[in-house]
Amino acid sequence: MDLAVHFRTAVALAGRFPALSGVDLDVAAGEVLAVLGPNGAGKTSLLRACAGLVPVTSGEAVVLGCDLRKDRTLVRRRVGLLGHAPSLYDELTALENVRFAVRATGAGTDRVGPALDRLGLAGRLRRTPAARMSAGQRRRTALAVLVARGPELWLLDEPHAGLDADARAIVGSLVEEAASSGAAVVLTSHEPDLAVPLADRVAVMSGGRVAEERAGGRGAAATERVLVALSQDDVDVA
Amino acid sequence: MWRDALLVAGKDVRIELRSRVALWQVLPFAVLVLVLFGFALGPGPAALRAAAPGLYWLAVLFSTVLATQRSVAIESGEGTRDGLRLSGIDPAGVFLGKAAAVAIQLVAVQVLLGAGIVVLFDVHLQTWWLAIAASVLATVGLSAAGVLYGALSAGLRVRETLLPLLVLPIVAPVLIAGSRAWSAAVSGAVASGASWLKILGPFAAVYLAVGIALYGPLQETA
Repeated sequence: MDLAVHFRTAVALAGRFPALSGVDLDVAAGEVLAVLGPNGAGKTSLLRACAGLVPVTSGEAVVLGCDLRKDRTLVRRRVGLLGHAPSLYDELTALENVRFAVRATGAGTDRVGPALDRLGLAGRLRRTPAARMSAGQRRRTALAVLVARGPELWLLDEPHAGLDADARAIVGSLVEEAASSGAAVVLTSHEPDLAVPLADRVAVMSGGRVAEERAGGRGAAATERVLVALSQDDVDVA
Repeated sequence: MWRDALLVAGKDVRIELRSRVALWQVLPFAVLVLVLFGFALGPGPAALRAAAPGLYWLAVLFSTVLATQRSVAIESGEGTRDGLRLSGIDPAGVFLGKAAAVAIQLVAVQVLLGAGIVVLFDVHLQTWWLAIAASVLATVGLSAAGVLYGALSAGLRVRETLLPLLVLPIVAPVLIAGSRAWSAAVSGAVASGASWLKILGPFAAVYLAVGIALYGPLQETA
């Protein structure tokens, strides 16, 4: 089994403060992991550590075969992060933003158009500066960057936030397609009923570490089983 | 590195063209500085002509601070700095690209200011090549130093007020050498003017080299 993420007692600092305090986690290639937990549990820090944006100071942290403590710049080109704030330049259009992000990785731009189409950013919307877009359209553009780049590890921080029903459905299908193409997906959410159905496995974080792991819930019955089990265990998932 | 630099420079220039901050703020500010200094010195044409090279370079320095602040602001949007780090672009390429974009704005500022001192102060260059050489070297040095100190202040909440304090003392050699070289270009004293290029050249080379080496670590800590 190829591991996309392998963390053992990983400790990471955000500035001077501990963001992760001994995370043990494995994510296989082609697997979808949903990370749940209340505010401040360490979900965003976990994604940022996987992307090499938050330095891991001790423990083992291997992403896509690269040791994050030595090769984090190598990792960055191969992962895609959808953060809380879309990485967009206000003055550039959706098309220009996606094209710049793809060119920056050295990839060809032939996937830019289809990626924008996929996220419903067609016609005039494609030529609209990001500053004039709604929050949901900005988030769609940020997702289009990931689709056009085709990363080996998708890191989605609350991917459903601020999206309408159509876009939420697109997120679901993108996650499934990424996983079926062999990429690993780690997504965080405060909405277990949206995240759990997408996941092969669910991790619940608390206090900067993974407090609990369970098999995921693809399909309605399995989702219900996982959500009930989590609530019976009195686990704080949101 | 050069491919990345072109990509970043193209992006920054496109953003500037679209936002028109350089057109409506930086260029008018530079001309305003020139005019106000002219008022301060009074109507005597001899005094204005003598002071013109120094006023020109002071206006360029102040414009450098504005252009640099704008360059930093482009990457301070929500998530854009993370996006740049995640793109895998060579930090040296980011530095060179951003410096190139600032340099293009400074060239526009200097063309306008050059016309300004001709019209307002009746100053005429005798030795064009000396003035152009000084401007080219100074532009490279100013843009490199500006972007480097911009990166240093990027993550700070007080960056708008801190950046002038960091940049203006550091670029004082450019003010001195640029003013002297331009004075020589006006009077036609080639030999004395050319010697000031020996300050502007190393200044540009040092800040280019330091920026290429340090921009990456600064980007990580900002």
